[in-house]
Amino acid sequence: MIDNPNNMTCEEFQAHMPELIGSGENAAAHPHVQNCALCRALLADLETIAEAARSLFPVEDPPEHLWEQIESAIKHEEPSRR
Amino acid sequence: MQTPEARSSRATESAAQAVEAPPPPDPVEVDSAPKGSEPQTAAAVAPPPAPPVPGSEADALARAQAGDHHAFAQLYSLHKRRIYSLCLRMVGNVAEAEDLTQEAFLQLHRKIATFRGDSAFSTWLHRLAINVVLMHLRKKGLSVISLDEAMEPTPEEGPGRSFGAPDLSLAGSIDRLALERAISDLPAGYRLIFVLHDIEGYEHNEIAAMLDCSIGNSKSQLHKARLKLRDAMRTMPRREGRR
Repeated sequence: MIDNPNNMTCEEFQAHMPELIGSGENAAAHPHVQNCALCRALLADLETIAEAARSLFPVEDPPEHLWEQIESAIKHEEPSRR
Repeated sequence: MQTPEARSSRATESAAQAVEAPPPPDPVEVDSAPKGSEPQTAAAVAPPPAPPVPGSEADALARAQAGDHHAFAQLYSLHKRRIYSLCLRMVGNVAEAEDLTQEAFLQLHRKIATFRGDSAFSTWLHRLAINVVLMHLRKKGLSVISLDEAMEPTPEEGPGRSFGAPDLSLAGSIDRLALERAISDLPAGYRLIFVLHDIEGYEHNEIAAMLDCSIGNSKSQLHKARLKLRDAMRTMPRREGRR
């Protein structure tokens, strides 16, 4: 644990980042980020990547024919399992 | 950093089940923790569980376990999007993703009777699908590691590697192709965590249950995945060029 977040070095802050971001806290409000352009840029980049992933890769439906294939494969398998 | 789209799509799936579910008669008996962590011995003192609500996932699951084909089709409908998307993002290829989705649901069909409810059904199904994907990647001879290896911390990538000039910031200029390429170049373990969290919108506690790792491990692996993507994106030539 870091005693005083205001006195964190970049190394200490970056070691703390996974937990800080993963806990859902507002990492941008962290005192170190307020005073450090490098870590602010790093945080902004990581947020940009996460947001890009959400917006560029929506969860997609498989094609309709896939269920027919699965159904057919199941029927093909079933007699051998009896 | 939770995906709003994923939240809403998952909320929709949950809502679809909740719509048909009347309020349970006794809220005390409702299993509010979807991880199913209740010990089996609790059944000795608790009254028998209420029968599944018709039309719910639990009902479809029970009927599919008894061999009801329509119920299995219902389970497919409920989970196909997430499983297909997981496969698609892991292999980056539609035809392979279809094959893997098919294989995952075929395995589900073979094994569904063995599901005992020790975890949430979706967690169990994802675990099964993840293993199908990893097996496929291994067969292809890619640099694939086992699930356990994927979740091993890699101390060589500790803090300090992220220092760099702020003028190399991504500044919101990510395009789909570049990110797709960077994701496909990630080691499988990192890719898996990134896909599950940042694309599919699962929480760390859910990912930890799927991958049988700690929540802290899930957080640190996701962070490393994003750092790797950042490095990759920063070194990629930009379409518009960097001044």
